[in-house]
Amino acid sequence: MSVLWSYCKRDIALAYRQRAELMQPLMFFIMVITLFPLAIGPSPEILQRVSGAVIWVAAILSLLLGMERMFRDDFNDGTLEQYVLSTTPLYLIVLVKVLTHWLIHILPLLLLSPLLALFLNMTMAMYVALLATLLLGTPVISLIGAIGVALTVGLQRSGVLVALLLIPLFIPLLIFATSAIDSASLQLPYAFQLGMMTALVLFALAASPAAISYSLKVSQN
Amino acid sequence: MVGQCIVFMVIFRRLIYVSKLLTVLSARDLSCEKQDRILFENVDLQIEAGELVLLRGENGAGKTSLLRILVGLSQAQAGSVSICGEDVNHDINLASQHIIYFGHKLGVSGLLSPIENLTFWCKQHGLAISHDNIVDTLETLGLEGLESLPVKYLSQGQQRRVSLARLWLKNDAKLWVLDEPMTALDVQMVAQVEQKITAFLRAGGSVLMTSHQAVKIEHEQREFTLEYRW
Repeated sequence: MSVLWSYCKRDIALAYRQRAELMQPLMFFIMVITLFPLAIGPSPEILQRVSGAVIWVAAILSLLLGMERMFRDDFNDGTLEQYVLSTTPLYLIVLVKVLTHWLIHILPLLLLSPLLALFLNMTMAMYVALLATLLLGTPVISLIGAIGVALTVGLQRSGVLVALLLIPLFIPLLIFATSAIDSASLQLPYAFQLGMMTALVLFALAASPAAISYSLKVSQN
Repeated sequence: MVGQCIVFMVIFRRLIYVSKLLTVLSARDLSCEKQDRILFENVDLQIEAGELVLLRGENGAGKTSLLRILVGLSQAQAGSVSICGEDVNHDINLASQHIIYFGHKLGVSGLLSPIENLTFWCKQHGLAISHDNIVDTLETLGLEGLESLPVKYLSQGQQRRVSLARLWLKNDAKLWVLDEPMTALDVQMVAQVEQKITAFLRAGGSVLMTSHQAVKIEHEQREFTLEYRW
């Protein structure tokens, strides 16, 4: 356990030393959401109607922006080789790395969401649904996204390729998340959508670590 | 008669067991192909305890590819590799317990200090090495005063010293696989690494290494050459 904690501590230390880069996806997220009220106009009804979709699309795009570097530096400096040769199985290491990535990059986004909900005129019920969908959906983005990042880690300028590979995979997530927020806005139950998202996160949690570690090995070959 | 057969069988099994103990690395029928070019085919390599093997060959002959396959970082098109009896493709974590691999990439993060990098590496490999021990090792390698500076601010040679410090920290390894370990090192450091390798070999360790420079190691050497193939 202390070995896995050392991976987590290392990634937190590295993120802290690259604070400027850590802020970029977050700033992108805020700016995209700020642009929508300016483009659509100050009509509270329209903003409320599109708010869930806007926040979710902005979240996916900003997370993809920060995800590219999840394994890139480790690949370039050879740390990834040492991960493969360490005594800890690679799937456990990548699971810890993905969870740490979620803590560092996505938790701040969740903390910012009340402010952004205010911008988009969300009701309290919608905000609760948004928070629930983000809590369940963002780990899926991290876990599935890490597979794409691992597959392309050896390629130069793989950012667009990662986006092209991953965005179609996030469509079910986006549908369930926005549907849950829509249901909340109409004061309808949305337990089914949350149940489906829970199933997705559990599936991703079970299947992704092995897929990520295999992809990393393939990329290093 | 039956008794004699049993005795022979026991002796035979014991001999196999002893030979497995002595054989640190065993590679059979390895083949590697990259970008439609066959780098090598049907390569057999066996390294015994206390043996120094120098891997020779022109640039592009496949030395680095062979080393990566031997430690389990890359997959061969055909063949098998075992380190201390453990198949590297079956359980790399078990096989890699016995080795230290020093490749072209240093395996240290430029944003972390030498101490942080090495502490993390020791944790990764389950080594209980104290902070003071790491500091002493860095001093041995001429890095006193630079222990807490991010590695990116060190020179190329100093960065390689940080990475080479692993040879001083892991004492239970049975095989060192070193890919051009002397590159970018100054004369004193080259001598220090050569001394360390000699001491490791005398203690019963095995070394497989590539080097384009002349290696001055006072130990019996075996050369293994890969021919460049078109």
